[in-house]
Amino acid sequence: MTPSKTKLQVMWNRLLAVVEEQGQALIRAAFSPIVRECGDISAGIFDAEGRMLAQAVTGTPGHINTMAEAVRTMVATFAAEDMKPGDIYLTNDPWIASGHLNDFLLMMPVFLNGRVIGYTSCTSHLVDLGGLGMGPDGADIYDEGLLIPPCKLMSEGRINTLLMEIVKANSREPVANEGDIYALIACCEAGATRLAQMMGEFGISDLDALADYIIETSRSGTLAAISALPKGTWRNRLVVDGYDAEITLQAALTIAEDHLSVDFAGTDPCCSKGINVPLNYATAYTVFALRCIIGPEIPNNAGSLEPFRVTGPAGCILNAQAPAPVAMRHTLGQMTPDLVYGCLSQALPDQVPAEGASCMYDLPLRHAADADANGAPHFAIELVFNGGTGARPTLDGLSATAFPSGVWGSQIETTEAAAPVIFHSRSLRPDSGGAGQFRGGLGQHIEVRAAHDHDIMLFLSVERVGNPAKGRHGGMDGAKGRIRLGADGADLPSKGTFRIEAGKTLIFETPGGGGFGPPETRDTAALQDDVDAGRVSAEAAATLYRSQP
Amino acid sequence: MNTASGVRLAIDIGGTFTDTVLMDSASRVLATTKTPTTPDAPARAALEGAQQVLGRAGCGWGQVSAFIHGTTLATNALIERRGARVATITTAGFRDILEIAYERRYSQYATNIEKPDLIVPRKHALTIGGRMDAQGREIAPLDESAVASLVDTLRHEGIEAVAICLLHSYANPAHELRLADLLRAAMPELVLSLSHDVSPEAREFDRLCTTIANAYIQPLMSVYLADIQTRFAAQGLQCPVLMMTAGGGMTTLETASRLPIRLVESGPAGGAILAARLAAESDVAEVLSFDMGGTTAKLALIDDFRPQMSRKFEISRAARFVKGSGMPVRIPVIEMIEIGAGGGSIASVDSLGRVAVGPHSAGSVPGPVGFGKGGTEATVTDADIALGYIDPDRFAEGRLRIDRSASEAALATRIGSTLDLDAGGAATAVTEIVDESMASAARMHAVESGKNLLDRVMIAFGGNGPLHATRLARRAGVGRILVPRDPGVGSAVGFLFAPVSFEIIRSHYTTLDGLDVAALNTLLATMLDEATAVVRAGAPDGQLHERRVAFMRYKGQGHEIEIALANAPVEPSDIAALKAAFEAEYSRQFGRRVPGMTIEVLNWGLSVSSDAPAVSAPASKPARRVVTAPQTRSIWCNVTDRWCDAGLFMREALKPGDQLTGPALIIEPQTTTLVTADFGAEIDMQGNIWLHQIAAEDMR
Repeated sequence: MTPSKTKLQVMWNRLLAVVEEQGQALIRAAFSPIVRECGDISAGIFDAEGRMLAQAVTGTPGHINTMAEAVRTMVATFAAEDMKPGDIYLTNDPWIASGHLNDFLLMMPVFLNGRVIGYTSCTSHLVDLGGLGMGPDGADIYDEGLLIPPCKLMSEGRINTLLMEIVKANSREPVANEGDIYALIACCEAGATRLAQMMGEFGISDLDALADYIIETSRSGTLAAISALPKGTWRNRLVVDGYDAEITLQAALTIAEDHLSVDFAGTDPCCSKGINVPLNYATAYTVFALRCIIGPEIPNNAGSLEPFRVTGPAGCILNAQAPAPVAMRHTLGQMTPDLVYGCLSQALPDQVPAEGASCMYDLPLRHAADADANGAPHFAIELVFNGGTGARPTLDGLSATAFPSGVWGSQIETTEAAAPVIFHSRSLRPDSGGAGQFRGGLGQHIEVRAAHDHDIMLFLSVERVGNPAKGRHGGMDGAKGRIRLGADGADLPSKGTFRIEAGKTLIFETPGGGGFGPPETRDTAALQDDVDAGRVSAEAAATLYRSQP
Repeated sequence: MNTASGVRLAIDIGGTFTDTVLMDSASRVLATTKTPTTPDAPARAALEGAQQVLGRAGCGWGQVSAFIHGTTLATNALIERRGARVATITTAGFRDILEIAYERRYSQYATNIEKPDLIVPRKHALTIGGRMDAQGREIAPLDESAVASLVDTLRHEGIEAVAICLLHSYANPAHELRLADLLRAAMPELVLSLSHDVSPEAREFDRLCTTIANAYIQPLMSVYLADIQTRFAAQGLQCPVLMMTAGGGMTTLETASRLPIRLVESGPAGGAILAARLAAESDVAEVLSFDMGGTTAKLALIDDFRPQMSRKFEISRAARFVKGSGMPVRIPVIEMIEIGAGGGSIASVDSLGRVAVGPHSAGSVPGPVGFGKGGTEATVTDADIALGYIDPDRFAEGRLRIDRSASEAALATRIGSTLDLDAGGAATAVTEIVDESMASAARMHAVESGKNLLDRVMIAFGGNGPLHATRLARRAGVGRILVPRDPGVGSAVGFLFAPVSFEIIRSHYTTLDGLDVAALNTLLATMLDEATAVVRAGAPDGQLHERRVAFMRYKGQGHEIEIALANAPVEPSDIAALKAAFEAEYSRQFGRRVPGMTIEVLNWGLSVSSDAPAVSAPASKPARRVVTAPQTRSIWCNVTDRWCDAGLFMREALKPGDQLTGPALIIEPQTTTLVTADFGAEIDMQGNIWLHQIAAEDMR
């Protein structure tokens, strides 16, 4: 490393800081609850070839890879020589941007001395794009709302007003959408300004040397991590609840000398409902899961991502083709880490956690369609409650904690202040964590009902109601999720629309994580602590773990 | 014997040093001292410091008209887990508020994280029946019949303090108050913290954490505060002791004993108060306060002479400096960002061959390698030594011997050998990385606060602040820097400029259009009475100032904006003006407003404060005089990237109006100011050093 390499490293750090700043600014201005609660946004900086140099670490893994690939596509679509300062391009095509229509991707060329030296890009989840709305009920992408192919949103600083009017005219939330699009524009512009400022400060006129340094350093660091792994191919099958029938996901992970590949051959075909997953999105969660174990300290960029390659037969549910409905692609997308960890744990038995609840337990509640006739207030809330994560090779799983998403849970007091609901309980489910040398994280037990005398609607799209999180290496399965109306009510399926009658209590139990290692080898003090704290019942301690707790 | 009446004394007990400052009634510093902190009996070092400064100034105890005290004791008790055995009592059905928290991992890619230890284990998490709704209406009565069995459990488990946090108690505290009465009757020795009193804000996890932290340190702090009072009174102190709070105000011992959680981080708050004071004296509206010590750097934004405030703070982080990895406490606090970048921060090389600095620190023991006290890892201070910025003969008035070759050797072996760099190259890499990371933190902090960094004046203090100020300023795009007098004891000096104050923030949810003015005015009147009573206890005479704010946002957003209210009951006709004020502030922060969107208000804040010592009128400009250095020393110039001769100046010899240009070093007992080649320096009438960036074309 020469002093100039020190400068390169400082500039790299600066780019990482700039994308984080962009990300924060975007989150602060966003209207969508999912952006606020999970940071469902992305911001990145790219070189003139469209190679990603830096990306914000945000709350949802769904933007990893997707943004890197999307900008490549956009750069290939529009010729740099036709671009002018102040131009911004836009698309929400699920197969280009981020897997469903709600994610808007913007890209802005950055000019220095009259030529394009790089790009900034950002993505955010918009509240509503028309169609049937956010839910799995569309029969195809046309039911799900407005699709905007790659096009120009701003020309030399002037907004394409027709495009903006179309977006607003096709949404139930036109004001919020417009606000979010302006926030995205501001985010692109701020990134471009910062990038140009940095280049001025360090006296460089192009990004070539910096891009090569970032990409080469990251690539070689990633390859070094891969070279330490055992080589071979490992396969796994994961059965998930699906919409109206179980679905089998399959993966083969190959660790080669200079790359890792995952192929989804054998995975079931698409479903008629909108839980299908475009490959870009399945790839994002798959690569995220692998990078948590392999070189997690290396930032995401074209160099660190290149050695991770994901494929799948066209038309399988993890490589859905247009015009398949994809609105709820995250329900199964969030299951792909468990799918690929089943392969990886065969190669690295002591480094990979057990299966977890994985899919977030989203609880969208709304007024019933006949609310007006009954004089009931309008409201819509989207609460999130997570289950337990899988036990880790040296640690218990985390109770009521999101993984792989980074979603935040809701607070009871703010929820009750904002919507006519009242909770009777929100506590950990004893014995829901899979028994093991290391115990799976516990799920939650939640009881909620309408605070007024009217019915309310529930829109479910969760997983692990039929198929629990499996334990690893002798660890036991976590408890399944369970949803019912009233303590003596019949169990509801994991997906669908349900009416909660006035006075009825919704009992919503999130799954536990799987255990790791045989339960009888659990440390005595750890087991005693669980019993004292009520996380494990005395009975379970005696039957599942050993005769004497 | 100095016969000045009304001298004021400030003592800041830090982890390593206890700083003491004595000031006269005209806000002139009479004496300062740094004494080693005595952790077993912190009051001992405080007394010693007080005796030293009084002795130096020739003053007696009877002349002390004000004594302001700040201590890290509360913070340390939380960090070192030396508090009471605490149980929680929450609403039945909600035993796991603490463990469920916000259901998130603080690090996206780390699969092996552990969550922060939130003090109370699940077996001490108890519940009681009874329920209020969000409007404060009782849905189910308190289950008084369950108290007897709670008492049995508390006794059996040897519980010393209880944190009571019932749902929606901020809207109606009746159940918390009744439960407290019943517990007190059964167990008079029990210490109780009630959530509606400690932190009357919605969001049960944050309120519970705040209440637990308060309960945890309450027994310890009550004993300490009583001890301080007694010891100093025995010496002859006649004025009451006032405690510095995280919010930058002073409060009485009684309030401090009831709400000890408000005493955390009072030292850094003192630094920000000093910066605000200097901003007012110099009439600078936008300031970046930069306090760099041995372990951390703290950055705060100060606009219109008021430090930016926050309502949330994190303690006991599971991962140092990682946001979200700690225990949230909701108290009024001066907003600042603290990062692991201090003189003792350790440099290393990561798996990609990149230089990393901190967050681990060599601290004061074993300290940087160059201090020769056993340190073996290269630190930021070692880099500064190797680059020639620290004069070995004059550092700490020559009390500490600096071994430059040891610093260089450590840099060469720890950093240079992996990267093929000599000691100088390694030192350059270390300082560039640490300066860049502080600049990033400053920019990020500005973005998160909706503020701009450019055009601010940086006020630099702390042992390493003046040394790194120009390097940080250049990267952050800041062109002017002020280094105050006595920068090494900045926090304690700041204490002496703080008002007596008390702030209350209370949740009361409403849309702006649906605002019930009468209910709001009742709420604000109650808050005003409560805050006034607390402040009057510490400031019986004189004018009081009031500040009311509303925390507003567009419906659907997660981020609230603080909007000031008039100090009068709200009239229905004021709603339009409130809306306009919100929209104006929103467009200032985000570039545009969002017409047609509903506006909601979540929290209401009210603070009452006494007069702070008056700010003297800006002094006239002194006659300028270019001074030349009596001698020079060779330092690394980070502008031209080569070694050069820097002028050496003693700060005490510089007079108002003196001007010099970089490269230069201005040396004083507690720190050194590095004037890099792209900066010039000038001394103002108060003795502050002003550094200003020289345009590239004007540099020699």
